[in-house]
Amino acid sequence: MSTLNPARVAREFPSRYRLEAARCDACGAVSFPPRLVCPSCRGRKFKVVPLQPEGKVLTWTVIHVGPSSHKHEVPYALAVVELADGVRITCQIADVDPAQVAAGMPVRLEFRRIQEDGEAGVIAYGHKAVPA
Amino acid sequence: MRVGIVGYGAYIPRRRIRLGEIAAVWGADAATYERGLELHEKSVPASDEDTVTMSVTASRRALARAKIDPSSIGAVYVGSESHPYAVKPSGTIVAEALGATPAVHCADLEFACKAGSEGMFLAAALVKSGEVQHALAVGADTSQGAPGDALEYSAAAGAAAFIFGSSNLVATLEAQVSFMTDTPDFWRREYMRYPRHAGRFTGEPAYFKHTLGATRMLLEKTGLQPKDFAFAVFHQPNGKFPMRAGKLAGFRREQLEAGWLSPWLGNTYSGASPIGLTAILDQARPGDRILMVSYGSGAGSDGFVWTVTERIDEVRAAAPATRDQLDNGKLYVSYGTYAKLRGKIRMGE
Ligand SMILES: [Zn+2]
Repeated sequence: MSTLNPARVAREFPSRYRLEAARCDACGAVSFPPRLVCPSCRGRKFKVVPLQPEGKVLTWTVIHVGPSSHKHEVPYALAVVELADGVRITCQIADVDPAQVAAGMPVRLEFRRIQEDGEAGVIAYGHKAVPA
Repeated sequence: MRVGIVGYGAYIPRRRIRLGEIAAVWGADAATYERGLELHEKSVPASDEDTVTMSVTASRRALARAKIDPSSIGAVYVGSESHPYAVKPSGTIVAEALGATPAVHCADLEFACKAGSEGMFLAAALVKSGEVQHALAVGADTSQGAPGDALEYSAAAGAAAFIFGSSNLVATLEAQVSFMTDTPDFWRREYMRYPRHAGRFTGEPAYFKHTLGATRMLLEKTGLQPKDFAFAVFHQPNGKFPMRAGKLAGFRREQLEAGWLSPWLGNTYSGASPIGLTAILDQARPGDRILMVSYGSGAGSDGFVWTVTERIDEVRAAAPATRDQLDNGKLYVSYGTYAKLRGKIRMGE
């Protein structure tokens, strides 16, 4: 009952591990994760830019019944975070009582375990927000 | 060629458990442990934290202070006895996350609590040889003691990272030594969940013999005396041992206090004396001399003499201070939560 495909996990390392985003050469819009076509101007040329790891909570929800991969973590906060460079990402907020999460709360992204494929499969790493 | 530390960083998880909370579960007398071992609480990793995540955060902090291009890092050594995979390196994950791949030499090291300083020893030597421009050494652990065992009161989590180079140093390496013997004081056999230790044999013939042996070698090699140092830090399996080793070696309490974190942190194994060194660098002044001696069961000590440079004042504020992480933002957990976070509860299929 493998849930994580190692090849797929590895393809996402640049964005998951290093927060690499794509900045459109034509209009400057930043896409994260990177896309093939710019959603703003349909441009197809990009430069790799790292996201700023600081930001604030825009909106959030508290998950009480999570997927089986996250059931040991409930209740946990899942948030849309606006980073310093204006990019919005969806991620968990770790190291916080979910009842204390508020809009505008300053956070920074920290490298964490996101998921593991049971006790024998691969471990997927990425970023979560933590109180700044 | 002068080599030394270009950047340093530490990571301490926010969660803590008090000793009394553990003692109450096992019917032990908390006061005996608090007095006997000089331990009050210890750090606990969250379920999404492990040796790799802590290593990445500590290393990013070291990079922030080093202010170097990560692709100039030619070697990444992660020392730990709690690597997340039994087979598959931690170092490649750390190197990939930092942007040091692909032109980088990687190795995971293991030597009980000495694996972190082992990486520092190698990183310094590799830079000195001219083989690499920069080398990263990390000591990190999320170690466990068997439930109810004396080790459960101390086994904690944390990481320290050091980037070595030959220019823009914050601390120059004056000397490094190793003092080794084969000493079976602590071990874990394959497939065993928890380690075993040899009780009182872990003291005089193990910890003290090797830490004091390495200290003596360092003082002989450099011609220095304890009074020539502003700070000294020893491996910290509990609160008591490092203070005692320091005093036996001729250091005063004032020289030992800055790096003495274990009473409120616990034993971070491969991270222990390295995290202590980060706390010292956070408050050291240019010209200060620091003695650092690790200890790993099995057994051996690595010893280092550092001299702090002027650059320390420029880089200090570029990353969180170690004492701030130890003292602030703590989240206390119950023994039940601790048991869940540490995987001590047997789950259904
Ligand atoms: Zn565009």
